[in-house]
Amino acid sequence: MTAVAERPRLMKGNEAMADAAIEAGCDAYFGYPITPQAELLERMARRMPELGRVFVQAESEVGAINMALGAAATGAKVLVSTSSPGMSLMAEAMSYMAGSELPIVLINVMRGGPGLGSIGPSQSDYFQATKGHGHGDYRVPVLAPSSISEAVALVADSFELAARYRTPVILLADGIQGQAMEPVMPTFRMPDWDTASWELTGADGREPRVVKSLHLRPEDLEVHNAHLQAKFATITEREVRWAGEQLEDAEVVVVAYGTAARVARTAIERARADGLHVGLFRPITLWPFPSKALAELAPRLRAIVVVELSAGQMVEDVRLAVERVPVFFHGRTGGMVPTPSEVVDRLRVAWALTAPTP
Amino acid sequence: MTMERATILSGFGGQGLLFAGQVLAQAGMLEGKHVSWLPSYGPEMRGGTASCTVIVADRPIGSPVVDRADIVIALNPPSLAKFEGLLAPGGLLVLNDSLIEAVPGRTDLEILRVPCSALAREVGDERVISVIALGAAIARRPIVGEAAVREALGAKGRPEVVDANLRALALGLERGAPVVA
Amino acid sequence: MTTPRNALVPGGAADQGPASTTPSGDSRRLIYGHPSLLAERPTHYCPGCGHGIIHRLIAELLDELHLGPTTIGVASVGCSVFAYDYLGIDFVESPHGRAPAVATGVRRTRPDAFVFTYQGDGDLAAIGTAEIIHAAARGERISVVFVNNGIYGMTGGQMAPTTLLGQHTTSSPEGRDSSLAGYPIPITEMLALLPGVSYAARGSIADPSQIGKTKVMLRRAFEDQLGGGRTSIVEILSTCPVGWGMTPQESMDHVANEVVGVYPLGVLVDRRAAAAKGA
Repeated sequence: MTAVAERPRLMKGNEAMADAAIEAGCDAYFGYPITPQAELLERMARRMPELGRVFVQAESEVGAINMALGAAATGAKVLVSTSSPGMSLMAEAMSYMAGSELPIVLINVMRGGPGLGSIGPSQSDYFQATKGHGHGDYRVPVLAPSSISEAVALVADSFELAARYRTPVILLADGIQGQAMEPVMPTFRMPDWDTASWELTGADGREPRVVKSLHLRPEDLEVHNAHLQAKFATITEREVRWAGEQLEDAEVVVVAYGTAARVARTAIERARADGLHVGLFRPITLWPFPSKALAELAPRLRAIVVVELSAGQMVEDVRLAVERVPVFFHGRTGGMVPTPSEVVDRLRVAWALTAPTP
Repeated sequence: MTMERATILSGFGGQGLLFAGQVLAQAGMLEGKHVSWLPSYGPEMRGGTASCTVIVADRPIGSPVVDRADIVIALNPPSLAKFEGLLAPGGLLVLNDSLIEAVPGRTDLEILRVPCSALAREVGDERVISVIALGAAIARRPIVGEAAVREALGAKGRPEVVDANLRALALGLERGAPVVA
Repeated sequence: MTTPRNALVPGGAADQGPASTTPSGDSRRLIYGHPSLLAERPTHYCPGCGHGIIHRLIAELLDELHLGPTTIGVASVGCSVFAYDYLGIDFVESPHGRAPAVATGVRRTRPDAFVFTYQGDGDLAAIGTAEIIHAAARGERISVVFVNNGIYGMTGGQMAPTTLLGQHTTSSPEGRDSSLAGYPIPITEMLALLPGVSYAARGSIADPSQIGKTKVMLRRAFEDQLGGGRTSIVEILSTCPVGWGMTPQESMDHVANEVVGVYPLGVLVDRRAAAAKGA
């Protein structure tokens, strides 16, 4: 079911992601208003009931994510969206869903933190998305678009990953991506989705099923954890995604995702105009992180410059991935966005400090 | 040679800035160009200072947030103060002459004073003020063609609103048209 | 997965109706049997605990109403999380207190299923207060089995919001003092005020007569859902002999003599019956 229109539509990121989910066959949406993702909830509030699908505005993010858990247990294709403070409230159920192996897609349109923070764009939930949210030994795939078109494509991909691996998937966007408008080709995709073997329908003509995360005997829970870890290893093996720009002759490379990668692209263009051979390495999956690809690239680099809308989170994964290459960092926090000039300055510093000695 | 032009539209909330910015972006898209539209968002939208940044380019757009602009449309004094400094040398500054008495500090800009508020009253609708300024801006810097802007405006709103906007566009284009060849 | 599905007895005798006779022509009447949906295995519950009785009532009713094939249960956190080990139906396990939200998700995506939550008093009346209030405010078409034994049993007998004044627990060792810990929360009465709640009642398992009355309430609640009602809730005053420091008999007597004084038994609201009467 791919709708092809002749012309692109100018769409706000939040609305485009909502439409992408709808076109991907989303059965149910649960949410709670929070800036800067409220338009996504509003779009779903209007469209889902029109289509005879489920929309519930919950009493809290806790309520929304647990409704999602219940709906996912019935095999429904579920979307939840929120922004950073709401994501913190959803942490508990994320752990339960990872443990219960329930597929859902969660869009976090990040804003400045910690605490109530600001409503400005941010990437300061990288740690939370890739290494945490809830308790226990688990990871979930995290996809980071850098344009609204890519966000649309990644919504369908997220559903597919969720069902294929029976896992929550986070689509990690930021306030700019939620609020900005860009042309979007409405070529949406219907993802593969098969939950027949485990979904709850009522035990009619078959053995009862239980969707749960409790394994009270440590021996049992260790077996369950080994199963989860094997799944995470498979995801790491198969689902890593990244994109490179102007890497062929690059001596210094910016590593950045999402909006930071867009800022970096402008900075790289300016730096190249000044004769600096610089390129962009853009992780699309933040977990699994493209460590291997970066490690393979690193030996031919003089330096890496990591740019984030944070005080430095992904930079830790970059440093873990590469050896002997100096890793510089530039970040802005609180809802501030690094400017292309700032990044160019950082590139010049990295370029100068790592110049080969004559 | 590649082209990328950034326009900042700024003023009070309620002056139709975000709308005019969307029209500009829509027009660029209709011409097959790459575009992005980024609003200031949050509480300041509701009656305070509002702004949006529109980029029109002939190749994929990098940063949607700009640190230098080619055009700044300032419809009130705070906007002039806030965004004047972002203009690249030789950039176009469109000022709402009805509300801004101040003289910009910079001498390396092309300054176009248009009595946008007064002209809007002529049209009979205060909300078209930003479309007037947009018309003046594209008359001086044709980053998108008039036809595309007309098409973009035609797709938005009730017939009487479209009509008011088209008249506003014409007034702006007239005011912005370079007098000297 | 550890659910003892093979232990289930198909075609149990709980489907009441006329008495049956054995094929040999034996004329003995079968008046009581093992519900087909209840696992034939000992529970992990302590002696004198009410959960076993309440599980049985649910299994009987699901049998009697032929709901086994269409039911999705929502298990909560507490001793009763293992309800899915004893009831032969589909179950989803919920985080602590969130069962009404989880049930909302199930309800909305499976409109034809019979959906119920099974929650204790710590789960429903403390950590899950927001979820139960708002599920009820929305009038979600779910049935809530709310087991109130006035204590956190699973974690070792701490004070719950439902603990009686003066009651000794491991976290109110001198007895619950209202100046420090407030008052027992009559949450079912609170819920009964909401227009989204079509049926609310409180029963107990203190003696066979009360158990019978509680079963009637549960049946009424389940039928309310089947008949298109909104949220139905049955609070069941239950026991925790170990947590209370009593023998099983003492704990039953305590419910009958003390607890009902704070939490009176009876139907709090039955909007459909009231409407039928009014019509």
